[in-house]
Amino acid sequence: MLSIKNLHASVEGKQILNGLSLEIKAGEVHAIMGPNGSGKSTLSQVLAGNEAFEVTEGEVLMDGTNLLDKATEVRAQEGLFLAFQYPVEIPGVSNMQFLHTSVNALRKHRGEPELNAAEFIKLARETSKQVDLDPSFLKRGVNEGFSGGEKKRNEIMQALLLQPRLAILDETDSGLDIDALKVVSDGVNALRSADRAILMITHYQRLLNYIVPDFVHVLSEGKIIKSGGRELALELEERGYGWLGIKDDAETAS
Amino acid sequence: MTNTEQQVSELIKREYEHGFVTDIEADSFEPGLNEDVIRRLSAIKNEPEFMLEWRLKAYRRWLTMEEPNWAHLNYPKIDFNAISYYSAPKRPEDMPQSLDEVDPELLRTYERLGIPLHEHAKLAGVAVDAVFDSVSVVTTFKEPLEKAGVIFCPISEAVQKYPELVQKYLGSVVPMGDNYFAALNSAVFSDGSFVYIPKGVRCPMELSTYFRINAANTGQFERTLIIAEDDSYVSYLEGCTAPMRDENQLHAAVVELVILDNAEIKYSTVQNWYPGDEHGKGGIYNFVTKRAACIGKNSKVSWTQVETGSAITWKYPSSVLRGEGSIGEFYSVALTHNYQQADTGTKMIHLGKNTTSTIISKGISAGRSSNTYRGLVKIGPGAEGARNFTECDSLLIGDQCAAHTFPYIEGSAKTAILEHEATTSKVSDEQMFLCRQRGIDPEQAVSMIVNGFCKSVFQELPMEFAVEAGKLLEVSLEGAVG
Repeated sequence: MLSIKNLHASVEGKQILNGLSLEIKAGEVHAIMGPNGSGKSTLSQVLAGNEAFEVTEGEVLMDGTNLLDKATEVRAQEGLFLAFQYPVEIPGVSNMQFLHTSVNALRKHRGEPELNAAEFIKLARETSKQVDLDPSFLKRGVNEGFSGGEKKRNEIMQALLLQPRLAILDETDSGLDIDALKVVSDGVNALRSADRAILMITHYQRLLNYIVPDFVHVLSEGKIIKSGGRELALELEERGYGWLGIKDDAETAS
Repeated sequence: MTNTEQQVSELIKREYEHGFVTDIEADSFEPGLNEDVIRRLSAIKNEPEFMLEWRLKAYRRWLTMEEPNWAHLNYPKIDFNAISYYSAPKRPEDMPQSLDEVDPELLRTYERLGIPLHEHAKLAGVAVDAVFDSVSVVTTFKEPLEKAGVIFCPISEAVQKYPELVQKYLGSVVPMGDNYFAALNSAVFSDGSFVYIPKGVRCPMELSTYFRINAANTGQFERTLIIAEDDSYVSYLEGCTAPMRDENQLHAAVVELVILDNAEIKYSTVQNWYPGDEHGKGGIYNFVTKRAACIGKNSKVSWTQVETGSAITWKYPSSVLRGEGSIGEFYSVALTHNYQQADTGTKMIHLGKNTTSTIISKGISAGRSSNTYRGLVKIGPGAEGARNFTECDSLLIGDQCAAHTFPYIEGSAKTAILEHEATTSKVSDEQMFLCRQRGIDPEQAVSMIVNGFCKSVFQELPMEFAVEAGKLLEVSLEGAVG
């Protein structure tokens, strides 16, 4: 479904990705691990089409077509979803309005009839229950006054609502207590399906106890230096990134 | 330029949709201003003697005054002798008595503007007075309003039919010598709306006036006077549009509101004059004086304005809170793009005891525009227990525009409580990226973000017009993102 070949990318003139290659098939769950500054978040931003990042070399195909040529919103309409690490606030715009617009933009792209307000509210209420968000959050501003945990649950709620082909989860576990982590993981596990791929980006292996990946990749200095199965993450937890000769600034990996 | 700025500048490039010119036969004065022009104008309007005298007095006063230059505005000196002071569609001597007598070309014009003058059209329940250049062409729903005792007619008609009311109140809120543009308007005002709500009457429908400048080289100088007697209520809305022309055109209006005991006027404006093109060529110069006198006890005025048009906007709807317990409110959205300049805000003059005022101002600047909020809160010595809350928020789109805030506070009774909040924010690349990552196209995203920013003001508009205002912002921002 997703084929990344020799991807190089920079931001503000600073080279971050240095020849990253990765193949992801439908139905698979991949985890990308790595220390801070290794390029994990850059990868997610580049795939989603953040124009602050510049692709200097390489190619990315999604379902056989060139992903990098497409506008951000077109990538989203074609099924690429990014759960943000730090979702930004949009004051005065309700979650309801934002998500309704989003759902209909995707439906329109697929040639499906748009949902009216009543149909959308019903769908949104059901979905918000899946991640334990009180449906009253729909009336609040987008990410306005949300706690860190609520923001993350909101991101997963949106993934469930939009049913993407490829879901990229950027540090979805950071800042979550154990109960919230469980709720978020249940949401992600509910997303798993034979025709959908999930790419998780995480610093810590803790998340992988709840969402068990098929493949684990270790990223260092903008390149994948080691790939393996679930056991690779466990080994990293035990031996730290230093085991692979990588310097990790965050010593508190748990 | 960052991504958002590029998108915004492209969105802004869209054309002004009301820019057409109606080809209609008109009687117009030659450009120029002198006492003879004023006499001719007064004669055409068949005005009583007092009106002509008043105009001439105002004109002589105007001659002694200087054009103000304190506003944060930059424009070439206006040549007042290059402007025609009267233009009216040719038609029979008498005013049209029904819609059937109105030139169909005019009706089509208003249809294109989305303003139905047919009484069964979609804005049912809103009475409309349509002012085309210097004259009112039609006023709808006159009969049901008359039954309720409400007078809603062109001010030129009021001068004839209700001279005692006009003589009593005209200039009572905005004196003829109040300021340069008010003096000019007092001398040459051509038409506008007159509203009288008798004691104890709640006006049965929304009243609305649409102003359209059509003729070239013509100024529009309308005058609006609304009187709300004790215990009455009216909600009034004005809308304005003009054709696209390369020359600047002058619009200098005066609005006076008189509000007596326990009465309330809700005055809403959707101002969409032609703003000029993307190089700053053309557009309306909008110099307007609007003031409400809350004379009565517990009287209330609520100004709501959505300003998206005009090359230059100079406008400070004000409230003089004289009556004990009277209330003034000002809710404003002012959007500028390209080379538009707006210097707008309000004055809240607290004179009576326990008077309260609220100011919510939302300024949105895009392109190379300049958007200034200028507000005065004045507490008179007798205004014990006065309260004011002011909130000024600015939203910048791109980094070539400017936002300024000039809040002034004068005098202060010891018991007065004043609060002020101000914020400046930007439509950020992060917000745009979030929206686009969710499949929302950039135009829709900017419009959604801007509408969110303006929400607390839109909530104050009558429902039909809140929708209209939202759409207007969308249109005004089209081309701001691509």
